[in-house]
Amino acid sequence: MNKYFTPLAVVAAAMFAYAPVAIIGAPYESTMLLVQKIFYFHFSTWMALTAAIVVCGAASAVYLFRGNPRADHYAVAGAELAVIFGAFGLVSGSIWGRKAWGVWWQWEPRLTMALLLELVFIGYLLVRRYGGPGSEKLAAAMGIFGAATAPFVYKSVDWWRTIHPQTTVMKTLGARSPGMWGVVWFCTVAFLLLFVLLLALRVRLEEQRVELDRLYLEAEG
Amino acid sequence: MTFARVAALVFRKDVAIELKSGEILYTTLFFAVSCVLIFAVAFVKEGQPLPGAGAGILWIAVLFAGNLALGRTFERERYSETLRALLLVPAPRSAIYVGKLVGILVLLFVTEIIVAPMVVLLFRVPLFARPLLLGTLLVLGSVGFAAVGTLFAAMLVRARTRDVMLPILLYPITIPVIIAGVLGTGSLLQSPADEPIALMWIALLVCFDVVFVTLALWMFEPLMTE
Amino acid sequence: MVQLDQVQLVDVSRHFGRRRAVSHVTLTASRGDLVALVGPNGAGKSTLLGMLATLVTPTSGTIRYDGREARSLGAGLRAQIGLLAHDLHLYAELSARQNLTLFARLYGLDAGTSVENALQAAGLSERADEDVGRYSRGMRQRLAIERALLHRPKLVLLDEPFTGLDDQAARLVTERLKALAADGAIVLLATHDLEVAADLATRVAVVVGGRLIADESGGHDLRRRYRAVVGNA
Repeated sequence: MNKYFTPLAVVAAAMFAYAPVAIIGAPYESTMLLVQKIFYFHFSTWMALTAAIVVCGAASAVYLFRGNPRADHYAVAGAELAVIFGAFGLVSGSIWGRKAWGVWWQWEPRLTMALLLELVFIGYLLVRRYGGPGSEKLAAAMGIFGAATAPFVYKSVDWWRTIHPQTTVMKTLGARSPGMWGVVWFCTVAFLLLFVLLLALRVRLEEQRVELDRLYLEAEG
Repeated sequence: MTFARVAALVFRKDVAIELKSGEILYTTLFFAVSCVLIFAVAFVKEGQPLPGAGAGILWIAVLFAGNLALGRTFERERYSETLRALLLVPAPRSAIYVGKLVGILVLLFVTEIIVAPMVVLLFRVPLFARPLLLGTLLVLGSVGFAAVGTLFAAMLVRARTRDVMLPILLYPITIPVIIAGVLGTGSLLQSPADEPIALMWIALLVCFDVVFVTLALWMFEPLMTE
Repeated sequence: MVQLDQVQLVDVSRHFGRRRAVSHVTLTASRGDLVALVGPNGAGKSTLLGMLATLVTPTSGTIRYDGREARSLGAGLRAQIGLLAHDLHLYAELSARQNLTLFARLYGLDAGTSVENALQAAGLSERADEDVGRYSRGMRQRLAIERALLHRPKLVLLDEPFTGLDDQAARLVTERLKALAADGAIVLLATHDLEVAADLATRVAVVVGGRLIADESGGHDLRRRYRAVVGNA
């Protein structure tokens, strides 16, 4: 393993250990008080999700057009992490919604977008698993299109929920005092670091799986 | 062989086959009609259709039917591996994609022409108040859906689970098309029709179509070689 | 490119996950060669033909056409390649004439004459306007062969071309292929039929388990040599 892995893992663990302390210490937001504190993790997971989608999309493109097998490893790792962080974002957003608005689900732009992107990348994993031989290429197409459609999903859901007459009022995040920004960035960095570490781990796992296949083929004679 | 000529030959071949058997055309149309009828039964209470349902039902019926048509048209190419023969032709391979895309679009347009009046009738929505804008929405939405759908259906031709994989992959990617189509149509159904909003959705669809047709043209050849 | 003199497979492998289809095959075929690829089912012959046709990319190794790779040659290379696969590449809903006309036009040929010639060679001139779906297996096979050869390719790849053909038809096809090779084409055919291969081939390549285990000239005494190499399994 890369020699940076362990020290970075320790740093990440430390950051996550400290995070609750930082969050508790952060100033209260005016309207939502305690519940709003989910935001620190919710927003950070959103950042990690974005990173995962970008990695998956870019790696898929490199794999499809250049045939570089390493790119495929990054693509599948990115997709799996997109599903994981996306799920976390959905759950945290749902919990927040329950506490803030009294319902488990709201067709709020960001939650909706997260749900749709989650479906896209679950589709990626499904096609890899059930697509038969050559499914890496099919999944790469899904990865590229998934990443490409993300901005369109964002725009369309945003307009859907904000411009149209029958919208509920979207909860804005309200004014933020400086103390909050510090905690926001701290948690975001922690999540992104976690993302990078998980990505490295997953890519390594995929490399080993492919190596195993290659050895198997050689051993067969 | 030029790009346009190959695309035209592929399209005309599909038309020739359809004219002879009509299989995909009739079954797709019938499916779309059944869809609308089922929705009518489900969403009409005591003779009163659910307000605002018309726009959504129009698009759902067309897209479900389109999904089936996509599967069927590539099943035909799979049957005798004729897709492989087409890929061997000394012309840019993405011309085949365009030929198939145009075929699917024609089928979608015919479906829309049949389904829209049905929706007006059963759901009492003034779909034809602004026919030009509605037509534009339907055309652009169909192009977006078909562009992604044709590529996915082609790439899934050799996959064993292709029938179920196509909708699973296609619908999440084309969500912006669905939203834009339904809401754009919905805004035209208001009285008075909300044209600026419809135009906004049309703009989104234009961007979507340009991006995705371009991507699909690029990606067709690498996806088709094993 | 107008002429194709030589096609080379250099240490070509193709695997699908853990399933090996083709393993480290090195083979060269030149103008006038009529190479029979023989071997048990699933040995990788079809995959080899697919790779030569540029439809399948190798996972390792290179394929060279007159020293150049497919990528650098582009679409023009395909004008020189004719493939007949196990599935026949025919639209069942169209007639023989329509099928041939379509492909003639796609290859930029003068549709009228080449189609009539092909129909004649396949012996289908009277039934040319019936749907291919109604044909017997033998008729479809003959039509499929003519479709593959319509554009007079220099690299002819055939996968089990004699399936469903009666004796006379098989003989006609054999003559056709010999004429093609004499005319300067490179012909590779995968077949089970050792008798026909023996009569036809200038070279025999034995493929077992994705590997090329023998590559010899001449088709004499083929059955004995095949058994010796492959065993009675």
